[in-house]
Amino acid sequence: MVKITFIQPDESQQVVESEPGMTLMEAAKLHNVPGIEAECGGACACATCHVYVDEAWRDKTGKPSQMEEDMLDFAFDVRESSRLSCQIKLAPELDGIVVRVPAKQF
Amino acid sequence: MNFEAPSGPQGGPDPIETDAVIIGAGPVGLFAVFELGLVDIKAHVIDILDKPGGQCAELYPDKPIYDIPGLPIVTGQEITDRLMEQIKPFGATFHLSEQVETLERLAEEKFAVTTDRGNTFVSKVVVIAAGGGSFTPKRPPLAGIEAYEGTSVFYSVRRMEDFRDKDVLIVGGGDSALDWTLNLQPLAKSLTLLHRRDEFRGAPHSVEKMRGLVAEGKMRLLIGQVGELHGAGNRLEAVTVKTKEAEERLPVEVMLPFFGLTMKLGPIANWGIDLSDGLFPVDTEKFETSVKGIFAIGDINTYPGKLKLILSGFHEAALMAQQAYKYVYPGKKLLFQYTTSSSSLQKKLGVS
Repeated sequence: MVKITFIQPDESQQVVESEPGMTLMEAAKLHNVPGIEAECGGACACATCHVYVDEAWRDKTGKPSQMEEDMLDFAFDVRESSRLSCQIKLAPELDGIVVRVPAKQF
Repeated sequence: MNFEAPSGPQGGPDPIETDAVIIGAGPVGLFAVFELGLVDIKAHVIDILDKPGGQCAELYPDKPIYDIPGLPIVTGQEITDRLMEQIKPFGATFHLSEQVETLERLAEEKFAVTTDRGNTFVSKVVVIAAGGGSFTPKRPPLAGIEAYEGTSVFYSVRRMEDFRDKDVLIVGGGDSALDWTLNLQPLAKSLTLLHRRDEFRGAPHSVEKMRGLVAEGKMRLLIGQVGELHGAGNRLEAVTVKTKEAEERLPVEVMLPFFGLTMKLGPIANWGIDLSDGLFPVDTEKFETSVKGIFAIGDINTYPGKLKLILSGFHEAALMAQQAYKYVYPGKKLLFQYTTSSSSLQKKLGVS
């Protein structure tokens, strides 16, 4: 199992465990993590599953693809650490990953 | 298929009399044309997008769908195109880039539907196939932005003249942002394009033109994001822009944010039909809402066991049409027939 820590804007934390192979977005939806809307259902078509990947994990998650970068244009308060959680596959090496949920998905 | 040119906002022509109005041109709304057509019900289809297909066309035109019976793999655009072909014989009239605003029950079991383009439809039945709601421009989550909307903040351009001699800020990196940058730059007092990165999704020749204007000193390109809005009442005066290096307070009278579309329930909520969490509860025999003669099919409805799948919406459309027939042709008996063998259905389909 892959352990994921979601940190909300109010600093509250939620730790969930998920099967490898799922996406980070799917894990969030499955465990009702607030603030991950995923309006398009994971098609990389809406930017409402935006997260900030914790500094320590950014090498392991890698960089967004061109398509994801384009879609991040539709997110708000995009930072260097911004990713769309539907595009992060939960590989075993991501066990322990920490991500922050933005204040708003808009 | 008829595509009506959008009429002017005030140019309300005479009411359009029809059997059925379908609200939403997504896959389920399109298939409703087919099922209604088989039982001789003519339909007008209204959609806020400028093209048919709904989410399939707007959100995932190139993404594969794997659970359409008989089509092992089909993209959002392909299924839209195929449905358009399938419903061609029924000659539905499409009213695109048009949003339904009101829906009222009239006497003699009819409904009046009005749109933001000033069209009125008088219909015997109404089919709401509105999916996740209307696609509307995304509103950046900036404090106080609502106060400026319509006066200083615009999500589309209706009259270019409104921007003459104004300090204009355009935010975004797609075709809308670039096209309006190029169109408004000659009119505006000053024009700044703000985008989060120095790469653009828009057409390369637009990007080139924009960079040319920047090089000539005719406009500014800033790489960064909007921080804060400043103004008085409903008049915007300045915007704090956060770039990598610094924060800058930019004089801005008009801001045009282009952050794509999102789905909002919209005016549907005010039509006096029972809603539950933004969905219309329906029965599973007729898919009728709390108002007799108004049906809800596809993602916009809810019932025990509901699955938001295109295939569920297709089934719902078929059953809805059976009940709609009773309202459009009261007293007439409907004979159940197969398209494979019925010569009358084949005639309607234009294949006999």
